[in-house]
Amino acid sequence: MLAIHCPLCGERPYTEFRYGGDASKRRPALGTMAPEAWHDYLFLFDNPKGPHREFWQHDQGCRQWLLVVRDTATNAVGEVILARNAGAGAGEGPGGR
Amino acid sequence: MTPGPGRVRAAGRIDRDRPLGFSLDGRALTGYQGDTLASALLAGGARVIGRSFKYHRPRGFLTAGVDDPNGLFTVGEGDRAEPNAQGTMVELTEGLSARSQNAWPSVRFDLGAVNAWFAPLLRAGFYYKTFMGPTRRSWMTYERLIRRAAGLGAARHEPDPDRYETRYAFTDVLVIGAGPAGLGAALAAARSGARVMLAEQDGLLGGTLLADPVTGDTEVWRTRMEAELRSLAGLQILRHTTAVGVYDGGTVVLVTRRDHCRPDPAAGEALQIVTTVRAKALIHATGAIERPLVFGDNDRPGIMLASAARAYLNRYAVACGRRAVVLTNNDSAYAAAFDLLPHIDSVMVADVRRDVHPSLAAQAASLGIEVQTSAVVAGVLGRAAVRGVVLGRGEGRSRLRSIACDLVCMSGGWSPLAHLSCHGGIKPRYRKDRAAFVPGGYAPGHFGAGALTGAFSLPTAVEEGWEAGHLAAAFCGFTPAAQGLQSAPQAAAPWDSDSHRIEPVWQLPGARAGKAFVDFQNDVTVRDLVIAHQEGYGSLEHLKRYTTLGMGTDQGKTSNINALGIMAGLRGIGLEDAGTTTFRPPFTAVRVGALAGRHVGRHFRPMRRSSLHDWHLAHGAQMIEAGPWLRPWYYLWAGATVERAYLEEMRLVRHAVGLSDISTLGKIDVQGPDAAEFLDRVYVNGFARLPVGKARYGVMLSDAGTIFDDGTTTRLADTRYFMTTTTAGAEEVLCWLEFLLQTAWPDLRVHVTCVTDEWAGMAIAGPRARDALERAFPGQDFSNPTLPHMGCRDLVVGRVPMRLIRLSFSGELAYELYVPAGLGPAVWEHMLLSGEPLGMRPYGLEALAALRIEKGHIAGSEVDPRLSLADLGLGRLARYEKPFVGRELAARAASGPERASLVGIECLEPGKRLRGGAILFAAGEPVRGHGRGYVTSVTWSPTLEKFIAIGLFAGGLDHLGEEIVCAFPLKGERVRARITSPVFLDPKGERLHV
Repeated sequence: MLAIHCPLCGERPYTEFRYGGDASKRRPALGTMAPEAWHDYLFLFDNPKGPHREFWQHDQGCRQWLLVVRDTATNAVGEVILARNAGAGAGEGPGGR
Repeated sequence: MTPGPGRVRAAGRIDRDRPLGFSLDGRALTGYQGDTLASALLAGGARVIGRSFKYHRPRGFLTAGVDDPNGLFTVGEGDRAEPNAQGTMVELTEGLSARSQNAWPSVRFDLGAVNAWFAPLLRAGFYYKTFMGPTRRSWMTYERLIRRAAGLGAARHEPDPDRYETRYAFTDVLVIGAGPAGLGAALAAARSGARVMLAEQDGLLGGTLLADPVTGDTEVWRTRMEAELRSLAGLQILRHTTAVGVYDGGTVVLVTRRDHCRPDPAAGEALQIVTTVRAKALIHATGAIERPLVFGDNDRPGIMLASAARAYLNRYAVACGRRAVVLTNNDSAYAAAFDLLPHIDSVMVADVRRDVHPSLAAQAASLGIEVQTSAVVAGVLGRAAVRGVVLGRGEGRSRLRSIACDLVCMSGGWSPLAHLSCHGGIKPRYRKDRAAFVPGGYAPGHFGAGALTGAFSLPTAVEEGWEAGHLAAAFCGFTPAAQGLQSAPQAAAPWDSDSHRIEPVWQLPGARAGKAFVDFQNDVTVRDLVIAHQEGYGSLEHLKRYTTLGMGTDQGKTSNINALGIMAGLRGIGLEDAGTTTFRPPFTAVRVGALAGRHVGRHFRPMRRSSLHDWHLAHGAQMIEAGPWLRPWYYLWAGATVERAYLEEMRLVRHAVGLSDISTLGKIDVQGPDAAEFLDRVYVNGFARLPVGKARYGVMLSDAGTIFDDGTTTRLADTRYFMTTTTAGAEEVLCWLEFLLQTAWPDLRVHVTCVTDEWAGMAIAGPRARDALERAFPGQDFSNPTLPHMGCRDLVVGRVPMRLIRLSFSGELAYELYVPAGLGPAVWEHMLLSGEPLGMRPYGLEALAALRIEKGHIAGSEVDPRLSLADLGLGRLARYEKPFVGRELAARAASGPERASLVGIECLEPGKRLRGGAILFAAGEPVRGHGRGYVTSVTWSPTLEKFIAIGLFAGGLDHLGEEIVCAFPLKGERVRARITSPVFLDPKGERLHV
């Protein structure tokens, strides 16, 4: 079972978390009118083997959204930080929204 | 009682003072405490214990452990009957009842054995070639017959009466396997101060040592180790516990079987327990299992692994024959010959190797055991059981002679149980000197020891275990104990040494005489492998699927490595280049019941109940699941069936006043200086200019511009809003709002808090709703100027804080009243009591849903993420001049004349009904394909006295007034209907404003 080290709650099993999608994309700023930007952000994803930046929410804990680096080949979880500290506008939404 | 004919005087580990009665196919038999079903049957002289899967050949036990492919039984009676239980793993208990499988009418006389006459047909790929080709239709006919003929045990249909538990455990070091290496590892780690769990699938500790004579040195060491381990406080020993899978992050799933304890589910006792262990360090000490040799008719009952014959003798005091031939390609099988000799009539060794170590040869000679080298098996005598073997010498098979025997102990060498070490994706590595695959590496914090690594000798295994225990403890931050280990008995015999001389022979010469079985359970022979190779299925993953090798309930524990060796030979490559198939969990079969644990029936998933739940139950509510919630469906006051009751409840709301529990709506408290700006961004319509004390209906979109959720949000103060969501969307909406606030707009000063459980909600709906409030809360002003439609008031009655919002889902004058959840029942009862003179009664979900359909309000079945605002007729709601989530893609959402959008549908045929999910067609059009749309919600309208529905139709209201056909193919129904406005009742909303 994956364990994720929540910066607030410590190491917890991944069943306490909700996966929130690829965090390597940059969310277009609110009001961005170019549909292509939204299309790229919403529908085009790389499928890398190796370290992958992704969002997880500790929804059965502190409810914080986290930015997690997970190795897709080994499932090893690397750095975990609070998403709010990652800089505005990063990433994709929960479940591909 | 009399000991069975197979029982010998050797002490064994059975308790002769505790005889146990059991039955096989209704026949009463006896065994002893400490027996397995297999050993008790063998003691009774049983040879044929089942028929093979495909050819229905008679079979006996091949092994004495978890790897046995042949001895499958249905154990237990009625709803407790467990199919495909391995006789070698079923511990004998008093009254145990077992039935043989795959044999009709009996294992002795098996009509299915005619399959053997058609054997040439049943080769690799037979089913597909014969039945899936041009004559595909015949597959349909034959499949049932074949499946019945080749069946395993049948699963029962009754609910499982037993109880299963799941739990989590945490430890520093988990040791898997309590053989010599595991015992050493557990001791070393525990002495270092680490918390240790030791999991052993057997009921006893010792692993292969349990097959040693109980009078020997190794038993002294074993009992001393066990005593010391038991004395250590930080060490937990789990017996009857199999590690079935190793997963990410050092997580191991253990299954503990308690079948032998006869647990009573009524007393809360579990039959099996699944433990998910998170260990900081893991020691693999899973040992090795012996391989069969592959030669013609090697499946005859009486031919078994040498280690099995030795285990039956030394552990269970059972000699599996009187005259034994030990057939081997390595040194280890000599132990069986030496141990058996004193208890049976004769023993000889047929060694396929040209040379045998002089010390072995000398020991055999001193005991009077004949050893024939360069041995070849030219044939096996006997059908129902082995009666003899024809041995030859060398490739030329010269000097053929028949040896009469009733037991053949074979050994093709040892295969480490590398399964668990491979579950993380690390491929095993071929170790040529051992002719065995060993773990190719370990995940960080994982260590291996003992026979698993190819350390087949006792002292080396113990040493490796000790070392692994230290490494694991150190990995967890403990300082390894300096104190030494109980030194293991030194190699007592020359074969027990690290040299482990073996000559890999994957297939004995002459294997084509008779069927040479590779996979005993799935009846895969050498011939099948040759065909697979000829037809291009040489890759192991292909081979496996083409021949079904290794795909039985035993997952090829005894067959995989031999098959690899044979296929590598056919392809002319080395085993190291052939690789293995992928090892996947579980290591042994796991009951689905064990995995489900307590998550069955009502506990399948969490059930949410409102604070009014008990009141509903006490007052005739019939409940229904709505998402995770249990809600009142209808009340018995209105009728005995839902069809009657909901119509009565609707009449109540349309003509008087009703009360409904709406506590399940998602409720989110939105607070902060930027709350108004935040809501303007997440809703398509504007909330920033909503006056304090007013509510507004709002719709949220996803980034893709399609419908996400809807609900009403009320402004309580400049910086505070009270948001409601759909019941189903509550959790998703909260997560989404948190996502936006924490990742996209961390600069916004807003907090969102879920308050769904904090507030009980009730809807007061009907033309007398205001009267009901005035009666309930005298002295309060509920008049139109004070509380207009979409108005909100916080009030305190007595000491009860309340929030009253004038909202309507039904289309009638209506209010939503929110009170603290704990006070919900008191306020609810007070409302009903004071409303009694008005005829106020509760109404349920069915009426609630039907009322909103008459009004054309969208709900769960219309809030569909494939739909756009325009599809639902909500296009005018959006304020495109402000930015909001989904605006950009909503603006270009699919449109056009063929796009389906929301319409009302009225039934034109009295006596017929509309149905949810019905497919819509234009009148006169052929009813075929996906049609022009579908019905999303349907109800009988007591107001209009006909069936009405809302749904989606291509072109939407452009077709207003046109006749259509609602087709429901599942019931063969076609009903004429007409497109109408989705608002069937009070389109101007006059009832809302009274």
